[in-house]
Amino acid sequence: MKRFVHFLLLVGIWLLFTWSLQWQEVLVGVVVALLAELLLGNIFPVGAIKVLNPVRFFWLIVYGVVFTWYVIKANFDVAYRVINIYMPINPGIVKVRTKLKSDMARTFLANSITLTPGTLTVDLIEDKLYVHWINITSEDQKEETEIIVKRFENLLERVFE
Amino acid sequence: MSNTIGLILLIVGISFDLVGTLGLVRLPDIYNRLQAATKCVTLGTCMILLGVVFYTGFNSSGVKALLCIWFILISSPTGAHAIARGAHRSGIRLWEQSKMDKYADDREGEAIKQE
Repeated sequence: MKRFVHFLLLVGIWLLFTWSLQWQEVLVGVVVALLAELLLGNIFPVGAIKVLNPVRFFWLIVYGVVFTWYVIKANFDVAYRVINIYMPINPGIVKVRTKLKSDMARTFLANSITLTPGTLTVDLIEDKLYVHWINITSEDQKEETEIIVKRFENLLERVFE
Repeated sequence: MSNTIGLILLIVGISFDLVGTLGLVRLPDIYNRLQAATKCVTLGTCMILLGVVFYTGFNSSGVKALLCIWFILISSPTGAHAIARGAHRSGIRLWEQSKMDKYADDREGEAIKQE
């Protein structure tokens, strides 16, 4: 049943992409979706369906807005550092901890960190995130966690946990 | 009207892409370069695609552009993460003036434990 839902989803995306209902296009889409589902269906995230709950969905939208704001801020931050003649960077890799448990939430957290101001996730081992930070402002692990992780952690906990 | 919005988005997106490329040349090591490459290029490209949506309207190319935004948002940070991890694991050092490298410290500890 779950696999069939994935299959329909894939065919739907394919149809949106080709934007035509000629039978050749649909046939190729069905075959490719079937292959993709058979080969990769077991790595599809299990918790994804949970997001359809209205409360979670509301927080997902809030997360989307916050995320967009940080992405725009990140761009101006990096642009400023690149264009500035003196290049005010102070980089290094720091270690922070997260309290999120599920794989889905951790994946979203790592990707969000990568797209936000001055930080890039290098590795994720259990609950420890190694983050490359372009401008280190503190040496203390607690403060770093506060700055880097907290801005998304609470929202993601409401969406995915 | 929507043509104008589309053109403005295109111009802003291209300038962000330009800054990202500049960062790729100016910044000192692979990790800093990835920062410029992921952030500026993600938003820049997304804005160009959004400009296409506004410019052409909601038809075949518009829908394709919207789907491409979604794919870029997922794949760009994941790719950057994979490159950074791969670079670090194959022994590429950080820039000499970097302040700290907790990842290397922790991995040395791991290596000693395994021996």
